[in-house]
Amino acid sequence: MTAVTPQVAFVPKDFASDQEVRWCPGCGDYAILKATQKALADVGATPDSTVFVSGIGCSSRFPYYLATYGFHTIHGRAPAVATGVKLARPDLDVWIATGDGDGLSIGGNHLLHVLRRNVDLQILLFNNEIYGLTKGQYSPTSHRGTHSPSSPRGTQEEPVSPAQFALGAGGRFVARAIDTQQKPLVEILKAAHAHRGASFIEIFQNCVVYNDNAFATFTERAVAAEMQLWVAHGKPLLFANGARGLRLKPGTLTLEAVTIGEAGITAEDILVHDQTSKPLALMLAALEPPAMPVALGVLYCNPTACLPMAPAEGAIVLPALPQRIDAALRLGDTWTIEPRAGG
Amino acid sequence: MDEINPSARSQQPKHTLSRLPLESAVVRFAGDSGDGIQLIGNRFAIETAQSGNDLATFPDFPAEIRAPVGTTFGVSAFQINFGARLIKTSGDAPDVLVALNPAALKVELPNLKRGGTVIVDTGSFSERNVRKAGYAANPLTDGSLADVRMITIDISRLTLESVKPFGLSQHDALRCKNMWVLGLVYWMYGRERQSTTAWLGKRFASDPLVAEANIAALNAGHAYGETSELAGAMTGFSVAPAPLPPGTYRSVTGAEALAWGLVVGTHLAGLKLFFASYPITPASPVLHLLARQTELGVTTLQAEDEIAAVCAAIGASFAGALGVTSSSGPGMALKSEAISLAVAAELPLVILNTQRAGPSTGLPTKTEQSDLNQALYGRHGEAPLVVLAASSPADCFDVAIEAIRLAVRAMTPVIVLSDGYIGNATQAWRFPAVADLDAFPVRHEVNPEGFSPYRRDPETLSRPWAVPGTPGLAHRIGGIERDYETGNISYSPENHQRMTDVRAEKIARIAQAIPDQTVTLGPNNGRLALVGWGSTFGPINRAVGLALDRGDAVSHIHLRYLSPLPANLGELLAGFERVLVVEGNNGQLRALLRSQYLLDAEGLNKMTGRPFTIEEVERAIRDRL
Repeated sequence: MTAVTPQVAFVPKDFASDQEVRWCPGCGDYAILKATQKALADVGATPDSTVFVSGIGCSSRFPYYLATYGFHTIHGRAPAVATGVKLARPDLDVWIATGDGDGLSIGGNHLLHVLRRNVDLQILLFNNEIYGLTKGQYSPTSHRGTHSPSSPRGTQEEPVSPAQFALGAGGRFVARAIDTQQKPLVEILKAAHAHRGASFIEIFQNCVVYNDNAFATFTERAVAAEMQLWVAHGKPLLFANGARGLRLKPGTLTLEAVTIGEAGITAEDILVHDQTSKPLALMLAALEPPAMPVALGVLYCNPTACLPMAPAEGAIVLPALPQRIDAALRLGDTWTIEPRAGG
Repeated sequence: MDEINPSARSQQPKHTLSRLPLESAVVRFAGDSGDGIQLIGNRFAIETAQSGNDLATFPDFPAEIRAPVGTTFGVSAFQINFGARLIKTSGDAPDVLVALNPAALKVELPNLKRGGTVIVDTGSFSERNVRKAGYAANPLTDGSLADVRMITIDISRLTLESVKPFGLSQHDALRCKNMWVLGLVYWMYGRERQSTTAWLGKRFASDPLVAEANIAALNAGHAYGETSELAGAMTGFSVAPAPLPPGTYRSVTGAEALAWGLVVGTHLAGLKLFFASYPITPASPVLHLLARQTELGVTTLQAEDEIAAVCAAIGASFAGALGVTSSSGPGMALKSEAISLAVAAELPLVILNTQRAGPSTGLPTKTEQSDLNQALYGRHGEAPLVVLAASSPADCFDVAIEAIRLAVRAMTPVIVLSDGYIGNATQAWRFPAVADLDAFPVRHEVNPEGFSPYRRDPETLSRPWAVPGTPGLAHRIGGIERDYETGNISYSPENHQRMTDVRAEKIARIAQAIPDQTVTLGPNNGRLALVGWGSTFGPINRAVGLALDRGDAVSHIHLRYLSPLPANLGELLAGFERVLVVEGNNGQLRALLRSQYLLDAEGLNKMTGRPFTIEEVERAIRDRL
């Protein structure tokens, strides 16, 4: 008789650690944590082969609340640490939790390069457009004019768009989600996990203390349908319950929001989403309220070769054979000193 | 054409007249940075080693990749000290200077030993080149070199003649000039040419004509020596084999020895080597060598910056490999925050610093020992770690292995200090067979029973290394202070005190795992001890050896372990009336010894970007005895 190891199926709560969660009441991070635990269970992940790596900031406390392996590192450097984890152990399932300050300010360089190298891991960028843990300074994604302790007269800087940055850096999977919209968030996390290469998800996350309602222009229930465009590969780019859609403005290379049935527009005029088209992804990522809806979902998914190059095969590569090292040391010019006569 | 047929030449009798025997000699090749000086220096070193001499070399090149031709700042030099005795340094002043252009003569002549010989290529002394080198008039003809033994040869013309049959362009033909002069120097010291001939054939395998031309130039230079000897114009020398221990040798630079030490050390530990680095002079050769060792299981990453390099190495160590990163002073400064993370998280990590002259960009291709304080103290918070220093190119191998042994023993970062001098210098290295070295296999934690990521080994105070992917051991670590027992986040004041203390004690206890300090040379107590660390080993050791030969009461104490210091060091130093700390900085080790042992140590310090000479150390000894 062969002993059969029962297939253990993990449920979301198996991914919850025993640590008390210490985010502010009402923080969007709770919803992201919950969605991540569900996505991990849904994709059949095991806590023992999953690693969450984070930098510094509210979002970067994420690993403490997951019952996986976790490493809370230093500000901005999670992509570099995670790259080392993945290259050393290709068999591990590696995730990064970062924020707009951690990932796009102090750690912008590492985010650029983890995307460019296309390291096979998932990046969750919690974008709340503010520095939370340092008490409310403006961040690189804060909109121009944001009033904060460090910008009392409003910022004079243009924000960076995380999704556009990720596309520009060569990211091959770029998606957007909203913290409180659990169902699509879980689906996007699962799609990111399935993608081989660096998967980047910008999650609009509400900071109730320092930047409440930062995304109300498109997340408020009353405007959600009008201002959220959920894209799906092969499906027309429709929003407002299918009443409106996007088309290429004739004679230009810009997207235009149109109403079906008005000015001779029919369903045939609406662009169909192609998640392998980078030009389209860039245009979708650039849409901004109030003139346009916010594009959500998988904007771009176009796999290519990724790191580590070799497919994961079990654990650590066997140590080099001593004979192979000896041979390597002998390459090139060597010479022998013979023992002297008489000793 | 028979006279340029290399095989016919090499069959001719080699030594027709008797040679003048020498115990040792220092030769310095110098020329334009495009003249192939480093190449002939290295070839000469290999032939010299194969003839059984001990040797040390010192490549000395400009920071510019191709400085304007003929300028003094574009001079590239290569010095070799070889002998029938054991060789400790690349030599003070050269006995023979080979100057392939006026700029090389201008720069290098002041360093020539009194009574030394200069070989110059008169063909390069055009009016234009002479002016470019900063001479008002041609020094070969204005009488200014009357006191110098000059061997003036139109090497350019003779090279062109020797390669004429191959029909190369004037430009390509002149590029064989370095081989012509190498041939001449081979003749001077009775060196064989076969392995260089074979090497040229291989190097220019895709262009056999160029290979043959170079070989012809090499042979022509050699033949010139034979002919002028017969004419009484030049003397040949012989240098007998040195009493080296029997074994198989190769030449090795410090950078190469570090790389091999990492490969062998991780093998002895049973770990995968993960090496992440960002290009920086003079540390990059370690990355270059390791990048070619994928078949030995080495993973390398050229990171986007110094911070990413150390962070990726930390990530790899977290994942159960041995993470190693490498840099020089400015890059080390950037890595500092992450090194403190590795101290806090208690992960093994090896950090190589090939020091260069600073601060800031400083003199990137010149050597210095000025990052000792940075290695010892250059972190935020109380962040003790292990600091080791290599004394010579070959010692880099042993020190790299020792760094790995200590890093995994105590789950700690270890900084290895090398420098631009030993990083680039070569030495004859009797390399070991891996099977002859002591293994120190690492045990990753696998037992979930009672597991806590910070439960310490009572002896070493090291925490378990529980690697992601291990069933039942999932845990979180990070930079926030953690509970002594559980490893969970803790802001408790008492716990922070306890954790700070245990991190310090863990490093202090490494003193029990390292050898006691011994006196390297000379009596175990007495009037004067010269204390050094790193690349000053050679000049101190030779100077002390010479002083002992004269009957002086002086000792050499060389430190490999700088943190923690060997347990008996204070006691050992107390046995000397005077302690002189010799180092290429403004007194960093001296300050450490003074503060540790309330010792009135003196300093001999030098900040020129060049290594100490033996003579400088000898003078310091004389001044104190």
